[in-house]
Formats: sequence, C-alpha cells, structure tokens
Amino acid sequence: MQFSSRLIEEAVGEVSKLPGIGKKTALRLVLHLLKESPDKTLRLSDALTNLRTNIRYCSCCHNISDTELCDICSSPRRDKQVICVVEDTRDVMAIENTHQYHGLYHVLGGVISPIERISPADLTIDSLLERIRNEQISEVILALSPTMEGDTTAFYLTRKMKEFPIKITTIARGIPMGGELEYTDELTLGRSIQARIQYES
Amino acid sequence: MYIEKLNLINFKNYEEADLQFSPNINIFLGDNGAGKTNLLDAIHCLSLTKSAFHSNESYNIKKHERFFSLLATFRKENKALTLQYDLQSGQKKVFRCNNVPYERITDHIGKFPVVLIAPYDTDVFREGSEERRKFFDAIFSQIDSHYLLQLISYNQLLKQRNALLKQFAESGRCDDILLESYNERLLPLNASIAGLRQKYLDQYIPYFMEHYQAIAEKREAPSLQYQSTVLSNHFEDQFRKNKSKDLVLQRTTLGVHRDDVEFKIDEVALKTFASQGQQKSFLIALKLAQFDLFRSALQTTPILLMDDIFDKLDDFRIGKLIQMVQEGRFGQVFITDARPERTEYFFQQLQREMRIFTIENGNVQEK
Ligand SMILES: Nc1ncnc2c1ncn2[C@@H]1O[C@H](COP(=O)(O)OP(=O)(O)OP(=O)(O)O)[C@@H](O)[C@H]1O
Ligand SMILES: [Mg+2]
Ligand SMILES: [Zn+2]
Repeated sequence: MQFSSRLIEEAVGEVSKLPGIGKKTALRLVLHLLKESPDKTLRLSDALTNLRTNIRYCSCCHNISDTELCDICSSPRRDKQVICVVEDTRDVMAIENTHQYHGLYHVLGGVISPIERISPADLTIDSLLERIRNEQISEVILALSPTMEGDTTAFYLTRKMKEFPIKITTIARGIPMGGELEYTDELTLGRSIQARIQYES
Repeated sequence: MYIEKLNLINFKNYEEADLQFSPNINIFLGDNGAGKTNLLDAIHCLSLTKSAFHSNESYNIKKHERFFSLLATFRKENKALTLQYDLQSGQKKVFRCNNVPYERITDHIGKFPVVLIAPYDTDVFREGSEERRKFFDAIFSQIDSHYLLQLISYNQLLKQRNALLKQFAESGRCDDILLESYNERLLPLNASIAGLRQKYLDQYIPYFMEHYQAIAEKREAPSLQYQSTVLSNHFEDQFRKNKSKDLVLQRTTLGVHRDDVEFKIDEVALKTFASQGQQKSFLIALKLAQFDLFRSALQTTPILLMDDIFDKLDDFRIGKLIQMVQEGRFGQVFITDARPERTEYFFQQLQREMRIFTIENGNVQEK
C-alpha cells in the first residue's frame, strides 16, 4: 500500500496489528477518525492510555479490576467456598451474564500449551493452590474450553488439587466440541453451571 | 454417485472451462502438459478438499491470478448437489455444499469418495512407513469421520508432548504430573486408533487379495500385515518406561505414529525384491481394494480416476482393468492418455457410453 503521508502510514500500521484487522480496514478506521472532530480521537487515545497505565488485576482472583480486590471477591453476597476456574476475563463476563453462579472465580490467564511455550508457571496455578490451601474452599469448578489444551490443563489441575479435601467438578458439556466458552449462549452456559458434574479423568 | 458438470476458473493452467461428463466413461486426451492430470486433480479437490499432488493450496491458482473457483454438480441417489471450492490467495478456502459453507471442512470428507490411480503412487512401497500410514489413514478417514477426528487430536497431543519433552530437556527439569496429563490422553487414543486400524485392515485385506489374484499373471502369495507396538498387552507399561528415552531423544518414541503395514510377496518384502510387474499388480490391487472398501462402507460407488495407466501398465494388466470397466464393476471413470490411438485401440470394443475430450493448453473440446 502506498501512502501519501507518513503519519497515516504509521497509524495504519499500528491499527492493523489488532486481531482481525487488515490494512484496508485499518485505513478506513484511520480516515474515519480524521473526519470526526479532534476531541473524539483524543478521548479514544486517552481511554487507551488510561487503560494501559491504570489497569490492575485482582490480587486474589486475577480478574481485570480497578481496585486491589475486585468487586466479586470483595462482595459479601458471594459464596466464598466455591471457586470457578476460567481462562480469561471474557469467561467471567459470560458466566456472570447467566446470573446462575454466585461463587468466586480464578482467572488462569490461558491454558497450558508447550508448543506456544505456555507452561504452568506462566499461569496463575500456584496462586490457585495457595487459595485452596489458605481459605475455606469446598468446591472447585473447572470451566475451561473443551479443547485439547483446555482438557489437558483441567487434568493437570485435578492432579495438583488431589491432596486437598475438596470437591472438583466440571461444567456439564452442553458446549460444542472445540467451541469456546465465550461463544456459548447464556442459557446453555447457565444450565451447564447448575448441572455441573464430578470431574473424572 | 457421479459428477455431471464441472466449471473451473483460474485453476492451474485453466482460465475457464465448462465440462459435461458421462456417468460412465470419460477420456481426456492431449499432449504432455496439456492439462489432463489437472482436471483429475480438480475432481480430487472437490472430493477431498485438497490437491492430490501438493499440500500448498495456492499452487492451484493459475499463475498471475489471485483466486480459483471450482463449481460442480454431482448426482447422488438421484439428487443433484452442487459443490463449490473457492480459494483467494492469502485467505482461507471456502467450501460449499448446495451453497452452504461447511463449518468444519472435515465434515465433507467421505461424502463424495474418489479413488485415484496415478504414477507417483509407488511411494507407498518405495518410501518409509510414513507414506504407508498416510495411505491408509487417508482411506480410513474417509470411511470413518470419527477416526479422522481421533487422528487430528492424537497428532495435536503428540506435538504438544514432544514440545514439552524438548523443554524438559532444555531446562533439565521434568514435571511428571504435566507429562502424565499428556500420557493419560494419548494412551486411550493410541488404543482406539490401533483398534480401528486393525478393524479396517481386516475388511480391506480380503478385497486386496481378491484383486491381486485377478491381476497378477503368476500364482504368488501377497500379504499385508499390520505392525504396531500398541496392540501388545504391555503397551502402557512400555510407553511409561520409555520416558527416559523420550527425554533423551526429545520426542515420543512409542505410539501409533510409528505403526507400519508390511507389504510382502511370497514372504519377501515388496520393496527389496519384487519385480516391476509385481509392484504394479500390488499397486492396482491396493487401489481397487480401496474402491471396494469405500463402496461397501460408504454405500456409494466412488469415482475412479486413472491417470496415465496406459503408460505404466502392460497390456495384460490394462486388459484386466478394461474388462472390469466392461463388466460394470466401476461407476463413473475418468481416464487420461497422451496417445489417442492407444486409447482408441483399448476402448473400441467397449459397449459402453463414453465421452472423449481433447485438451490443448488448458482448453477443452469434446470429440
Ligand atoms: N498454478 C498454475 N498456473 C498455471 N499453469 C499451471 C499451474 N499449475 C500447473 N500448471 C501447468 O499445467 C501443466 C501440467 O498440466 P497436467 O499435469 O495436467 O498435464 P498433463 O496433460 O497431465 O500432462 P502429462 O501427459 O505430461 O501427464 C504444466 O504445463 C504446468 O505448468
Ligand atoms: Mg498427467
Ligand atoms: Zn477478584
């Protein structure tokens, strides 16, 4: 692509690094921003800068949060004996939308995948084990994607939690094979959380 | 099942072509490099969603163009179905059946079976065990989509486990629980894949024997023997015991990815001692057995693609094949030949409907 301005080229280059956005779409977005009033663009860039510099993760469950302890972890209304283990923030949002779950979460930050050099140490597994050791936990629900990597991670976690006197369950699979938690509709997801089953390997 | 119409745009050396086929015999004649094999490959692509000759799909796009499109009408159990395969360079292919794109391309496999007999096929006994696994995996995947999915999972797990072994070797530390997480999933898949291989080979081998006996001139005893460490009673123990070896070699040393099928004639390995003629008979018998297995397992008659068989085979074996065509053993057949007079000689006595196409530099004309 030939650009008439180096400034445009730079902006397009950055925007097109976002997932699912090619050079053409990036150019359309950049030109759109230029057509709008300047403060719109500035608000966008401020929001992004703010997000980047002020973002925090809950020190307990590792979900994205504005505070040291997130709203869910600090709520007196949540059942503090149950932890639902998920891959990322989107899964927390999906499960929260079902209004069927009232326990706590633990955000792993991904799944184990040696090919991508993601090992257990890159995830928040130690912190999960620490929580189980130090808090009064009665049940851990594994709500990982039903992919090969998700299954392997679930198996690994179960082995690691074997020494604790807790119930380990997994959400019932109404979720299509290879599908991601995030894309499952709320009704199915809500039902599968209620109908969770004892984890078997 | 047969293919009624085929339209190609920018596929290999074809800019655009429109063909109407006979449900029986179709013959492509033309000089070397005219585009005969390319037409067979187009049909192969529609059946298996990939080329028979190379794995890089963008090679199928005509030089200097940016996309290709294949559109065909098939007839299956008296219903017309359209298949469309589009590829734009740099993008994912789109494969449609009756205008609806497949969500998973693997769902298409096995629905429109073809069997291709082509010159390069001798790899299956010349090369190592990998070629034979590929050969049989392709067959079994088409008759059992579950087998295909298991194979995909197995290969993915194996890649992960090997990457893990490598990291353990590099860091000098081995997380046994993590390794076990892969073992626990690989072990049942091993058992299940080996079981299915055994089961389908048991169905395949009798067809093979029958065809070999019909095609070979001499009386000799061919054999196909499945070889796998997985079927032994001690496999699981052995697999776990091999941990230290796996760590040293940084790969998984036991499993169905090391299986082989041994080809022999009169107790002697095919690749070392068999004559040219024996190898040819073996190859045709392998392909015709594939044809019969498809027909019985999929309950539809596959399309048979025969590329340059007149070049490769002697008159005796060609005669046998033509006789089978004559007897109506096959459904729709496609044959290529660079020498028109030779094809005429073989087909003149045939009492079956056929259409002959002459191809010149990517242009097709019906004779
Ligand atoms: N992507 C492509 N773009 C343009 N031409 C291509 C492409 N791929 C292959 N070809 C051309 O197609 C021709 C080969 O066609 P094909 O293999 O069908 O020939 P054939 O008629 O079977 O010949 P033979 O009798 O030698 O087997 C070659 O000339 C090759 O250059
Ligand atoms: Mg050819
Ligand atoms: Zn929290």
